[in-house]
Amino acid sequence: MVEANRVQAVNRFQISLLDEAVTQQVAARLAHLLPEQAVLFLQGPLGAGKTTLSRGLLQALGHQGAVKSPTYTLVEPYHLATRQIYHFDLYRLTDPEELEFIGGRDYFSDQAICLIEWPERGLGFLPEPDLVLALSYQADVDEPLRTLSIHGQSELGRSIVTTMSAHEER
Amino acid sequence: MRVLGIETSCDETGIAIYDSELGLLSHQLYSQVKLHADYGGVVPELASRDHVRKTLPLIRAALKEASSSAADIDGVAYTAGPGLAGALLVGAAIGRSLALAWQKPAIGVHHMEGHLLAPMLEANPPAFPFLALLVSGGHTQLVAVAGIGQYQLLGESIDDAAGEAFDKTAKLMGLDYPGGPLLAKMATAGNPTAHRFPRPMLDRPGLDFSFSGLKTAAANVIAKAGTDDQARADIAASFQQAVVDTLVAKCERALQQTGLNRLVVAGGVSANTSLRQQLAVLLQQRGGQVFYPRKEFCTDNGAMIAFAGHQRLVAGQQQDLAIAVQPRWPMEQLSPI
Repeated sequence: MVEANRVQAVNRFQISLLDEAVTQQVAARLAHLLPEQAVLFLQGPLGAGKTTLSRGLLQALGHQGAVKSPTYTLVEPYHLATRQIYHFDLYRLTDPEELEFIGGRDYFSDQAICLIEWPERGLGFLPEPDLVLALSYQADVDEPLRTLSIHGQSELGRSIVTTMSAHEER
Repeated sequence: MRVLGIETSCDETGIAIYDSELGLLSHQLYSQVKLHADYGGVVPELASRDHVRKTLPLIRAALKEASSSAADIDGVAYTAGPGLAGALLVGAAIGRSLALAWQKPAIGVHHMEGHLLAPMLEANPPAFPFLALLVSGGHTQLVAVAGIGQYQLLGESIDDAAGEAFDKTAKLMGLDYPGGPLLAKMATAGNPTAHRFPRPMLDRPGLDFSFSGLKTAAANVIAKAGTDDQARADIAASFQQAVVDTLVAKCERALQQTGLNRLVVAGGVSANTSLRQQLAVLLQQRGGQVFYPRKEFCTDNGAMIAFAGHQRLVAGQQQDLAIAVQPRWPMEQLSPI
């Protein structure tokens, strides 16, 4: 169901997200590898599936109910039984410095998982990511194809990518 | 009683003064005024959400517009939630502190209560009870309103808000964000039956909304359509029709379910002409009436906070000395007056 091919040794690999069910499975596997504190960047154009992937992560970690788009509110907090999660969407930031006005520092220093959509709009005011999840989306075909590539950018990130890519190869 | 209202829950800094006898005396929104004088010359545009630097100059401007001084203010209302914690805290800290310094009561207001009651600032206010549709870039909610503080959330969007779907689809068509109003304009030249976009959640019972799939469906069609003006107008019209059909059908379902015949519509999307036309037809058929706040009070503003706070202060409610905000605050937890 999931087609995986290892692009580099252990800090990067790629998966085709054939449908929403596959997206949920991948999100769930990733979710269970995350410690209490981690920073994940989600990149990709509008409609690529960033919020769907975030929803999968949140639900895998025990969130029940809707996962609303944080585009308007900029950040939606989730206080789950075992985890604290902040879901950001920085699309509407016009200047990275605005993160200061919304209390960015407080969120990033918390013992929490930060899922950050559109991180490029907050550069300079964001912590270094452990993982970068890059989604690409080909829309001008009959069966739109989504691809997720996962890059580990810290020791934690690389160990998660190694575990995930080993799973995909089995 | 004369109440100062402060709104800082998200993007806008809004300040207003409402008086029991005289009605709305002033309202100021950051984007509408020049604050240059307060800085002794030209200053660069203040960043959005920089409520700290905008609030006090706007309060001074609102007092001036109302020909009032601090001594004329009998109470202070500020948005206490829901919203961004950091943004809410600015309005709450300033509002609570001013009230303490002036030795007047203060009240924290629920942002959505402000929106629900905004049409009561108009000449022909709706009587209770009514159904309210709040539809904007950040919200899509259906609320049964029995009276002030008596709200029942009947349904809401489980993902993207309707206005957000408009803005993001506009972006996919190459328009600048937020391009929802431009998309609606483009739609007037298009054929709304050219494409059959999904009417999300119409096939399921209940009053919740979902607009994220509609955006994805539009993305696929847009990518294939190219740059032909008519083809683009057809997509815009078909997309708008799908959103409007969904909103109107859920309103009808909610009116049916509650037996109400007055509908209040607020939020930025309530300015949409196609939505207004279809809702007018619906309420006419049902022998009811639809109410809108004036355009500048459809989006976030201080007037609705001054008004809602005024109603609660007049009823004797007030806040203790704590500067408290509630970023998440279910409407059902509000107390009636």
